Amino acid sequence: MSLLNTSRAKSPWVVHYDCGSCNGCDIEVLACLTPLYDVERFGILNIGNPKHADVLLVTGTVNPRNERVLRNVYEQMPEPKVVVAIGACACTGGIFADCYNVVQGVDKIIPVDVYVPGCAARPEVIIDGVVLGIQKFEEKAAKMNSGNVKK
Amino acid sequence: MLVVLAIVLAPIIGGLLSGIDRKITARLQGRFGPPILQPFYDVIKLFGKERFISNKVQIVWVITYLFFAMLSFVLFVLGQDLIAIIFVLTVGGGAMVMGALSIRSPYSQIGAQREIMQMLAYDPLLLIAIVGMYMVTGSFKVDDIVNYQITHNAPLLYTLPLVFLVMIEVLTIKMRKSPFDIAASHHGHQEIVRGVHTEFSGPYLALIEIAHWYELMLVLGLVAIFFASNVYIALALVAAAFILELIIDNVTARVTFRMMLKSAWVYGMIICLINLIALSFLK
Repeated sequence: MSLLNTSRAKSPWVVHYDCGSCNGCDIEVLACLTPLYDVERFGILNIGNPKHADVLLVTGTVNPRNERVLRNVYEQMPEPKVVVAIGACACTGGIFADCYNVVQGVDKIIPVDVYVPGCAARPEVIIDGVVLGIQKFEEKAAKMNSGNVKK
Repeated sequence: MLVVLAIVLAPIIGGLLSGIDRKITARLQGRFGPPILQPFYDVIKLFGKERFISNKVQIVWVITYLFFAMLSFVLFVLGQDLIAIIFVLTVGGGAMVMGALSIRSPYSQIGAQREIMQMLAYDPLLLIAIVGMYMVTGSFKVDDIVNYQITHNAPLLYTLPLVFLVMIEVLTIKMRKSPFDIAASHHGHQEIVRGVHTEFSGPYLALIEIAHWYELMLVLGLVAIFFASNVYIALALVAAAFILELIIDNVTARVTFRMMLKSAWVYGMIICLINLIALSFLK
């Protein structure tokens, strides 16, 4: 079991969903993949397919038009999975929180495990957020095996 | 005994090779890269994921794919008929395509059609290469081809240099490397998500990965028998072909399937045939 947990920690595949961000956080997410930060050192791959992914990175404000898509992406990911909300907009709605069409945070739609603050969030903080998420895999896996997976 | 060794060692070496592949690729791109053992972490992790299936048939096709990939490598190690090995390899590839076609996802469907195109591109080339080996050694069996080279001390590379060049192209297509990574869209190019692999997740994706390792070992084995008279040179040849593959992967952009078919069927075939015609005159 410990080998499995080590492997989980060493190979988190990431899928990135942009709910309607200004692209600031998205650029910082992609910056993590560049030679300067190179998250593939830690086995992190931007896999682009929710069915293969372990970590869902959400950026931007959720609105009633795309919450269905967000939930769909989340539900297509097999357990154990972790959701990281990146940037002020994804965490709380940010400066758009009071708009009539903005949902105040990703956690109103799907369960969020890690909140990464910032506008835009820095690549270092995003990597820290994913690492925090990785630490949650063990308890998530235990929950998955005991059979009460939160959907 | 040999069979057990082949079944156990092939995925270990294949996995290490793909780890080296990722490391060298990262270095070529100016990155540090993942640890060499990364593919094993990936596969173990995938085995621990929740089982998500789109339909039950896809499990059957994945297991068929793995079985035929293993079978083709075992046949190769046992020194069997090369034509039978290629046939078994193709059946495995066909199973993968059927698995992808069994799901009504556009990415999976397009990926499957492109996979068929890839098989169409490399299969004739492999067969012509084998015919070339037959013309030189008088046998289709791996055992006889190897023995001929040892007894005559005449490596196939000397008589079939152009066929060997084409084998490098086959290696690129079979390893799903750029410029021919059209079916599974490797790396960051995700216009069809993951192509044929889109709908497979968790343990089933892990089985596909292991099947790839067997296929990789088989194709590298086919490269090795071009210099079977000397084991060390054969290993050096395989290493050189593998590193050349990685460089090609990193310096080329993806081609369309038409360009792939053209390069395989027109240029590849012509180069192969020139070699074979020259061979028939020299004999």
